[in-house]
Amino acid sequence: MKPNGTKDHAALAEDFIKDEERVNWHDGSLWWIRQKRDKAAKNIPEWEELREAASQIKSNVISNLHEYLLQFEANLQKNGITVHWADSAQEHNEIVYSILKAKGFTEMVKSKSMLTEECQLNEYLAERGIDVINSDLGEYIQQIDNEPPSHIVLPCIHKRKEEIGELFHEHLGTEKGLSDPTLLTRVARKHLRNIFMTRRAALTGVNFAVAETGEYVVCTNEGNADMGAHLSEVQIASMGIEKIIPQKKHLGVFLRLLARSATGQPITIYSSHFKKPRKGQEMHMILVDAGRSRQLGRADFRDSLKCIKCGACMNTCPVYRKSGGLSYHNTISGPIGAILAPNLDMKRHADLPFASTLCGSCSNVCPVKINIHDQLYKWRQEIVKEGYAANTKALGMKAMSWTLSSPGSYTAAGKAGRWVLKNIPIAINNKLNPWYKGRDMPDGPKESFSEWYEKNKDDKS
Amino acid sequence: MTTREKILAAVLQNQSPKNPLPDISQFKGYKENAVKTYMETFDSIGGKAFLVEDMNATKTLIRENFDITQRMVTTLPELEDIANLISPTVDPHTFQDVEVAIIQAHLAVAENGAVWLTEQVMGHRILPYICQHLAVVVEANSIVPTLHEAYAQIGEGQYGFGGFIGGPSKTADIEQALVLGAHGPITMTVFVIQPLPISDNLTT
Ligand code: SF4
Repeated sequence: MKPNGTKDHAALAEDFIKDEERVNWHDGSLWWIRQKRDKAAKNIPEWEELREAASQIKSNVISNLHEYLLQFEANLQKNGITVHWADSAQEHNEIVYSILKAKGFTEMVKSKSMLTEECQLNEYLAERGIDVINSDLGEYIQQIDNEPPSHIVLPCIHKRKEEIGELFHEHLGTEKGLSDPTLLTRVARKHLRNIFMTRRAALTGVNFAVAETGEYVVCTNEGNADMGAHLSEVQIASMGIEKIIPQKKHLGVFLRLLARSATGQPITIYSSHFKKPRKGQEMHMILVDAGRSRQLGRADFRDSLKCIKCGACMNTCPVYRKSGGLSYHNTISGPIGAILAPNLDMKRHADLPFASTLCGSCSNVCPVKINIHDQLYKWRQEIVKEGYAANTKALGMKAMSWTLSSPGSYTAAGKAGRWVLKNIPIAINNKLNPWYKGRDMPDGPKESFSEWYEKNKDDKS
Repeated sequence: MTTREKILAAVLQNQSPKNPLPDISQFKGYKENAVKTYMETFDSIGGKAFLVEDMNATKTLIRENFDITQRMVTTLPELEDIANLISPTVDPHTFQDVEVAIIQAHLAVAENGAVWLTEQVMGHRILPYICQHLAVVVEANSIVPTLHEAYAQIGEGQYGFGGFIGGPSKTADIEQALVLGAHGPITMTVFVIQPLPISDNLTT
């Protein structure tokens, strides 16, 4: 992986925004997807009721997870699937390795799974002589470029087609300068089909795991999970323990929401329900905790475990759209990533909850109604309290909370602010003010709303 | 303590106070116009849907729409004269050169264009994913309005593998340009079989 080093979100975003044309293009691509989501949502009259139901089903899961995990495990075993439990990324990787080693396999094909990205599975296996190929086209492109995905649904959304053409020229021997998406996809199709035909082990992620029946559902548009799984002798599924849903009929709610929220499609092209191994095939399920049970214990943040990884919050986030997914230096980027990451390592990810305008757009589009922006705000307080915030932000937060909690100082600060903006704008529009970066400060209004109200309240026109 | 016990203990200790499951029985669509809605939705997701009277009409359209000199396979005995019936015991890798696979779906969903297939009708799990072109036959009266009715019909389902398929394989990973045929079928065609009512037969 290209190291992100120790740079924080602001510094990494600064690298990204240097190319203004690219930023505008990235912003536009994601906004276009957000609009497709809006259109798809509007076509469903009961959209809001569906979101509410999905949220409540997940609340039920969060309050009965122990019971559902036991039920799911028992049903998996009844269906002939071997169950493994992993407490950490390391343990997860060891389990995958031991399954492959027992078979003497040195190659595996993988369909999209953010969990295995989180665990850095490919790197772990490579060190042990096992070659893994990511078969989702976007992930494959990121893999050959030695870069992590920048979006959970659209892994290479930040790349231009010419850059992809260059990568294909280097790795797949296509003609130099070829950048037509259809032609490039055809080349990848041929190459990856060959991979599917020859690999004997396949790993997939899990979108939904049904406690009631012991089956799991994997959603893709490309069909890569199916190509891998149905041609393999050993099929492995890795899932975070929060992916459980109680009953099969609940899939109706989630599958109606997922693809519409993600890309505006009425359903993902392939929604595959795996229940039992094929004749002669081995199936393994790895249930991974890696911090999830801890997040479950944090009352303010446990709702983040409802996430179905649709990416809608990223597509709508003005900060994500302008700073690029890689600037979040975490597998899951964007608003939801900024809530999940501090649970894993608060110090390392202290900057992420600050990468938000708190405009609330993320919470508005979230299909499971996670109060994303509230949680970001709560993390900020937690992080400041723990002393992990960058100094400039901590001071700003302290000053802001003092100002906001005292009406007198708020009025005074407002007046002073307006006076400064009007008379000495350079005091604000300078490099020392972090809010000035990348934006021009507005002209100050002549009077505040309360001043205006005072003047006009008796004006009964 | 094993990892399993450790995780389960942590979950038990940290889970929230009990929340009930919501009632989702109010979610349903309208059966009227299900066929028309299905066909329109399916076309809008890059598929091609034909309304046909019977299997003979289906056969004619298959001959017209596909290159029948290439390898054609099916799980439907009625189509044996235009495609090879597949054996369930064959190695899945041998399907790599299948040009067209023709199978029958259990049901289809009007709201999203998807068909529901289990391994019983696929003949082999890989078949609808590995073929270059997928053709699916579905009875008009098995089209349901939404996924809620679909799951009600599927019930627990006696299958080891089942899947909804809603159109040809696709990707938009390169600059959001839509490309049909990422790894799986480049096209998907659905033949909706709706026999003409007898009175209509007489008047035409
Ligand atoms: S937090 Fe909500 S909007 Fe964001 S990815 Fe998860 S489910 Fe989607």
